[in-house]
Amino acid sequence: MTRIPIVEHIMEANTTLAMELNERLNAANVFAVNIMASPGAGKTTFIKSTISLLKDTKRIGYIDGDIATTIDSEKVAELGIPVVQINTGGGCHLDSNMISPALDKLPLNDLDLIIIENVGNLICPANFNLGTHLNILLASIPEGDDKPYKYPPMYRGVDVLVLNKIDLLPISQSCYNSLPMNFLHN
Amino acid sequence: MHELSITENLLEITLRHAQVADVKKVTQLNLVMGQMASIVDDSVQFYWDIIAKGTIAQDAILKFERIPATFHCLDCDTKFTLTNQADFSCPHCQSTCVQVIGGDEFRLDSIDVE
Ligand SMILES: Nc1nc2c(ncn2[C@@H]2O[C@H](COP(=O)(O)OP(=O)(O)OP(=O)(O)O)[C@@H](O)[C@H]2O)c(=O)[nH]1
Ligand SMILES: [Mg+2]
Ligand SMILES: [Zn+2]
Ligand SMILES: [Zn+2]
Repeated sequence: MTRIPIVEHIMEANTTLAMELNERLNAANVFAVNIMASPGAGKTTFIKSTISLLKDTKRIGYIDGDIATTIDSEKVAELGIPVVQINTGGGCHLDSNMISPALDKLPLNDLDLIIIENVGNLICPANFNLGTHLNILLASIPEGDDKPYKYPPMYRGVDVLVLNKIDLLPISQSCYNSLPMNFLHN
Repeated sequence: MHELSITENLLEITLRHAQVADVKKVTQLNLVMGQMASIVDDSVQFYWDIIAKGTIAQDAILKFERIPATFHCLDCDTKFTLTNQADFSCPHCQSTCVQVIGGDEFRLDSIDVE
């Protein structure tokens, strides 16, 4: 028996492509964010509100990843901005290989900001860098305060945590004072 | 369900190195996987048995070395690994001001060949 040393990272292909995407975005002077959350946490609602607030001063594009349907991209297209729908057909997350053709469909040079809505999932998206400048996690109050412990890879990988559905705080059983906020700083 | 595409990456890397070394058979893959890597090892082996069929790596055993998540306490500088999954606080000073410093690696360190 012979042992051949290799030491290759299995996610290398995605990481390399993510770096290329990041360079491409920088060259076009576009800031990009990757918004992740569990299904129904309010990603599309939050993104629509953000676009409404910013669209007079920033030129925004939207990329949505969902297993099926164009429901979310149609909702966002109503705001009059360019959108691209990615249907993963069962895939549980977006990866860089899907973002690359999506960027081809957007007028990159005429945009300031691209908002990517990832597939609703608290597990896999954390492991697939998309070349964005910020990874944002939306945590909604009804999910409960134990999620950082149950889904540590997702919580540790993000730059920004947005607490959503705070209107439901009065009827929630969870104590959000105990969220391990510092765990996020990484 | 992304274990399938990960297993495809793994097979590609394995066969590429096996070809360069001109071997007859790959008998084992020595993998290192962190606690935070979100990969199900049984599932990778399951897909491997299907997609590696007909290649020189078809009977290879996937051996996983598991690395625990490691943390660094920003208040007292202690480094520690998780003992209780629902408690990320520092065992030395109980601070929750901690940083994850390891545990999301997933790599193929070497292959055993004949
Ligand atoms: N109470 C309350 N409901 C909200 C809030 N934001 C969103 N919702 C509701 O939550 C539900 C899901 O919202 P979406 O924005 O579609 O959630 P999503 O994360 O994009 O869902 P998927 O893309 O399907 O994963 C809808 O019924 C929204 O009206 C909020 O701040 N408070
Ligand atoms: Mg949505
Ligand atoms: Zn996945
Ligand atoms: Zn400490």
